[in-house]
Amino acid sequence: MTESTLETSGRDGLDEQAGGQRNSAAPPRSSRGHRFTSYDVEAFEVPGGREEDWRFTPMKRLRGLHDGSASATGSLRVEVDGSSAAKVETVGRDDERLGTGGAPADRVAAQSWNSFTEATVVTIPKETRAADPVTVTVHGPGRDSTAYGHLQVRAEPMSEATVVLDYRGSGVIGDNVEMIAEESARLSVITIHDFEGDATQVSSEHAHLGKDAVFRHFAVTLGGDLVRVNTKVTFADRGGDAEILGVYFTDGGQHQEHRLLMDHAQPNCRSNVTYKGALQGDSARSVWIGDVLIQAAAEGTDTFELNRNLVLTEGARADSVPNLEIETGEIAGAGHASAIGRFDDEQLFYLQARGIPYDQARRLVVRGFFGEILQKITIDEVRERLEAAIDEELAAVGV
Amino acid sequence: MATLEIKDLHAEVETEEGSKEILTGVNLTVSSGETHAFMGPNGSGKSTLAYAIAGHPKYNVTSGSVLLDGEEVLEMSVDERARAGLFLAMQYPVEVPGVSMSNFLRSAATATRGEAPQIRHWVKEVKQAMGNLEIDESFSERSVNEGFSGGEKKRHEILQLDLLDPKFAILDETDSGLDVDALRVVSDGINRYRESGDKGVLLITHYTRILKHIKPDYVHVFVGGQVVESGGPELADELEESGYVRFANKKEATVQS
Repeated sequence: MTESTLETSGRDGLDEQAGGQRNSAAPPRSSRGHRFTSYDVEAFEVPGGREEDWRFTPMKRLRGLHDGSASATGSLRVEVDGSSAAKVETVGRDDERLGTGGAPADRVAAQSWNSFTEATVVTIPKETRAADPVTVTVHGPGRDSTAYGHLQVRAEPMSEATVVLDYRGSGVIGDNVEMIAEESARLSVITIHDFEGDATQVSSEHAHLGKDAVFRHFAVTLGGDLVRVNTKVTFADRGGDAEILGVYFTDGGQHQEHRLLMDHAQPNCRSNVTYKGALQGDSARSVWIGDVLIQAAAEGTDTFELNRNLVLTEGARADSVPNLEIETGEIAGAGHASAIGRFDDEQLFYLQARGIPYDQARRLVVRGFFGEILQKITIDEVRERLEAAIDEELAAVGV
Repeated sequence: MATLEIKDLHAEVETEEGSKEILTGVNLTVSSGETHAFMGPNGSGKSTLAYAIAGHPKYNVTSGSVLLDGEEVLEMSVDERARAGLFLAMQYPVEVPGVSMSNFLRSAATATRGEAPQIRHWVKEVKQAMGNLEIDESFSERSVNEGFSGGEKKRHEILQLDLLDPKFAILDETDSGLDVDALRVVSDGINRYRESGDKGVLLITHYTRILKHIKPDYVHVFVGGQVVESGGPELADELEESGYVRFANKKEATVQS
């Protein structure tokens, strides 16, 4: 049976202010936007699975990342290639730059923060334009091994770069990724979660935008047994512009969860979130949570979030929950849309009635579904790799 | 010369109250070079006949036969039927977001012709066909039928008819929802197709107005899921004058006799 849920909620004003800073009190349950953060693992209770933040996640498949039982038994191998314009460093835990992009907002993120031994810092120096993409390849620790990681990408003022973050391999991985675009920087980060089928990854992404910074993020989730990614965008000054896109292709048995929070704390910032996913196969499961918080000071905010799911076969399930909290009426725009659709027999019939064979018709429909978003990937190799991966996914099930 | 023979065709559709028989034994033979107008009141099963021939999964053929030059069409998949030379211009063409009209047309032409048309020749061909139907060139980059008006969708159905050049065309209420100008443009397109060679046309319609543009060789009156009377163009004139009243009880009479 095909199942899907769609929840929408929205609220205007009157949220109690609380939390948001290190070690502060937990926020009231009514707000999803104001979030408690801490670098201390014990500041977070061990989640049992019923909490709002965890209710969609199969806790057993977290392999102990959430309860302290997953000690590091291996390490991540990180390779950085590409533009010579970027400065690449491997640093220890004491490097004072670490953590400036954002603090952990759940127990796994805090666990990862406290468990990594070395971090990779990629810096695009001030006023530098990195012509070629910087590719950071992260190899998992191997089957049944656990590793924690930390990556920081920092685009200094008025710099410009595209970074590809390519996760591969297998194992159990907890990590934090800081993506910092300082004043007037233009930073694009494409993150590809293309693990082996056994892998578990819980990743917390912290984007931090300075004044007039332009941040582009493209998440691609294909592999893994369980992949859960939290992406928080913090607007630290006015004029920030974030476009957050994602595609996922969830196969039978996979759990892929994307949780977004656009935290508009400053005036005149823009955020646009678009995620599209296709699901196929027994117990394929995707979760998309799109939270937007527009704080009282964030006048002139313009935000939109959209999630669309295409359920290709019986037995797959998509959950999609957009949520908008607005604390000021002086905004340019705020909206969300969310949909879960079955693979459309009428579309297939129409294409087939023009002589197009079934498999090709199916490919056309799915490519069409992803098309507009894939066109936004400006790196040809990455886009082609994705298109090929999608074709391969379709051929594999061949329903 | 080609023939499309429909023999004692029965088909049903699943409804909430169970399966319901819509086609109750259709007999009809269309030969190439002929245009058959197929007329009936709403709910008589005209569209069901069109979809059943094309192979829509919603309609379940329970008995009977559809032969294209002696080959059993009902055993073919939807796309095989199209490649064998059948074309259905749909009453409600489907939107396919993200698939451009040009990509769609080229894929369809490649499939029905058995090889990809040469690009230079193809571009010219499409351009001319679009011009004939007064379709703006910008449509080729738009998603299939997405956001098209009713009239634009119908023009694009006829554009496909022109480019795919089937042996037989079933036109399901292609005239509905068209204003006078669009009706003329679409009718001209259908006439060009008829004149392009030995083509068979099954023109399904509720009203007679399109028959002023497209002269049928035969007219069939369809009531209660079967043909109750066949004749020449004069039958359409009678329907124009007096409507379907005379035929409404005819099926019962046929059944009782």
